[in-house]
Amino acid sequence: MMRPQSMIIFDELRNLNVLTVQNAKREGKKVVGCYCTFTPQELILAAGAHPVTLCGTRQEPVAAAERDLPRNLCPLIKSSYGFAITGKCPYFEAADLLVAETTCDGKKKMYELMGKIRPMHVMNLPHSPKSEEALAAWTNEMQVLKDWLAEKFEVEITEDDIRKAIKLMNREREAMRRLHATTKVKPSPVTGVDLLVSVWTKGFNINKEDGIKLVEDLTAEIEEAAARGLSPFTGETPRILLTGCPVGFGSEKVVRLLEECGASVVAFENCSGYKALDRLVDEDPNKDVMLALAEKYLSIPCSCMSPNEGRLELIDKLAKEYQVDAVVDLTWQACHTYNVEAFVIRDYVQNQLNLPYMQLETDYSESDVEQLRVRVQAFVELIQGE
Amino acid sequence: MITSGIDVGSVSTKVVLLLDDEVKYLVRPTGWSPRDAGLQTYEELLEAVGIRERDVQCKVGTGYGRVSLGFIDKAVTEIHCHARGAGYLAGAGGLVIDIGGQDSKAILTNDQGKVLDFVMNDKCAAGTGRFLQVIAAALGVDVSELGELARGRQPLEINSKCTVFAESEVISLLAKGEDKRDIIAGIHRSVARRVWGMASRFAPAGKVIFTGGVAKNPDVRERLARAAGCEVIAPAMGQLAGALGAALYAKELALKK
Repeated sequence: MMRPQSMIIFDELRNLNVLTVQNAKREGKKVVGCYCTFTPQELILAAGAHPVTLCGTRQEPVAAAERDLPRNLCPLIKSSYGFAITGKCPYFEAADLLVAETTCDGKKKMYELMGKIRPMHVMNLPHSPKSEEALAAWTNEMQVLKDWLAEKFEVEITEDDIRKAIKLMNREREAMRRLHATTKVKPSPVTGVDLLVSVWTKGFNINKEDGIKLVEDLTAEIEEAAARGLSPFTGETPRILLTGCPVGFGSEKVVRLLEECGASVVAFENCSGYKALDRLVDEDPNKDVMLALAEKYLSIPCSCMSPNEGRLELIDKLAKEYQVDAVVDLTWQACHTYNVEAFVIRDYVQNQLNLPYMQLETDYSESDVEQLRVRVQAFVELIQGE
Repeated sequence: MITSGIDVGSVSTKVVLLLDDEVKYLVRPTGWSPRDAGLQTYEELLEAVGIRERDVQCKVGTGYGRVSLGFIDKAVTEIHCHARGAGYLAGAGGLVIDIGGQDSKAILTNDQGKVLDFVMNDKCAAGTGRFLQVIAAALGVDVSELGELARGRQPLEINSKCTVFAESEVISLLAKGEDKRDIIAGIHRSVARRVWGMASRFAPAGKVIFTGGVAKNPDVRERLARAAGCEVIAPAMGQLAGALGAALYAKELALKK
């Protein structure tokens, strides 16, 4: 299967990123670990620190996490906590502070335990995306986080620092959007697994400018391949939109299975993909900078929001832009919000978009791969109209 | 035209030879090697029917062992094979409910027999043939006797969905002196309710066709009809639906060649 050359850089980046973080620490730089796309990384950057994503996507530390956490909890929460208590994640080890939000119940209760290991600030995220009161409360949470970071790092965070950070983060979002957009070409010039791995790897790159450059280089190479008509797929390959829970390296089994069974994953609606890129932070210099941040982050259509109409709008938009043939909704076991929301998504995809829909419920382990393969293969057959 | 369908299930291997419209078949236990079971059952059937391998124009494999069969032309999932086979046996269209050795599935089809949607049980074996086997063993009866033993009996409430817990529950009921036949009826009702709980998202879907090894159990069939609130058709050759569907796919492939 054809693979962009830049992917090799991304493969190596996994090791390189660790060194970069360790070097930064030696130079006295501060590192802040984040877990969700709700974290306003702009404020961390404005405080002169490096944000790094710590969301657990691998199975290894799950067993260790079950010492303290119930088994019947989503693997993402267990993996994140397991990395924290086992000391096996170099990025967690490098983090001076942690920032998280009250997204789902499982996470916010786990953060109470995690907060005993590292200094942690949990932002109080409201769950009504369209309410004025929620926006006001969330704007205030921005201020609280800013004050906390300023106090912990003993720095002054100016409005100018924040505005610069907003511009930088928006540039990063635009670069990521262009990378995602490369798969709009039919057939897609890159596999979903490669796209996922590169996006995931970028999360550990603490130097934003370097990260943007790498993403731009990869995008340019994929675009060039597309212009030459190169693709690992054919015009007949069914194109899939993946929605639901986040996916990263180590938990990519459903994406891998879909592509092994003859489909091409072209759109990632989830928060590890496009979800948080759809809206930029308003750069209007006359707008209150905290309000601008609050508006952007409160609009992220995660299933912890209620109601979460934004997700349907985003699925609709991506399904059309990426010309998808079907939607796959991935639910990690015990992720109640995405699991319940699947009912609404199924109805919307089947009856409004008139596309085949399948929900898969699984965890990070490999134990059910063959059972999943039957479902995935049958779904691909269904799309192809066997 | 001669084509074949090989359905290697977790418990039994079913092979169908389709000689124009005539159906020949053989069922054998799968044992520990799905690949050997598939090939041996296929060769045994060829010999019994007196057909040379080179005269079989196309072979399609299905079932959990489909990926290990080296001699087939194509593998098609059991979802599509069961839907095709059930449609052939009972007329296309409606809801196909299949309960096999280690999974259960509900498949919604349209009047042309095309699969519109499907759902399968979770990764555990609750509510499948394996569940019945474990319970039969605990009660000291053969799985093939369950249906007749439970017919017309008053089902006891079985609360555990998990096979292992249900086995403990059955043993407790026996200890209390409950009648074995009422326990079996209770187990059947729990299988029927569980499967219908999964399939009912597609209801009403016209007729309900019940296939797979468990469809041979008349008591499960009746309790499924009661849970579904409609007639449940269980074709005589329901256990062969997957292999038959595979042979029909093979025929379609051979005609395209």
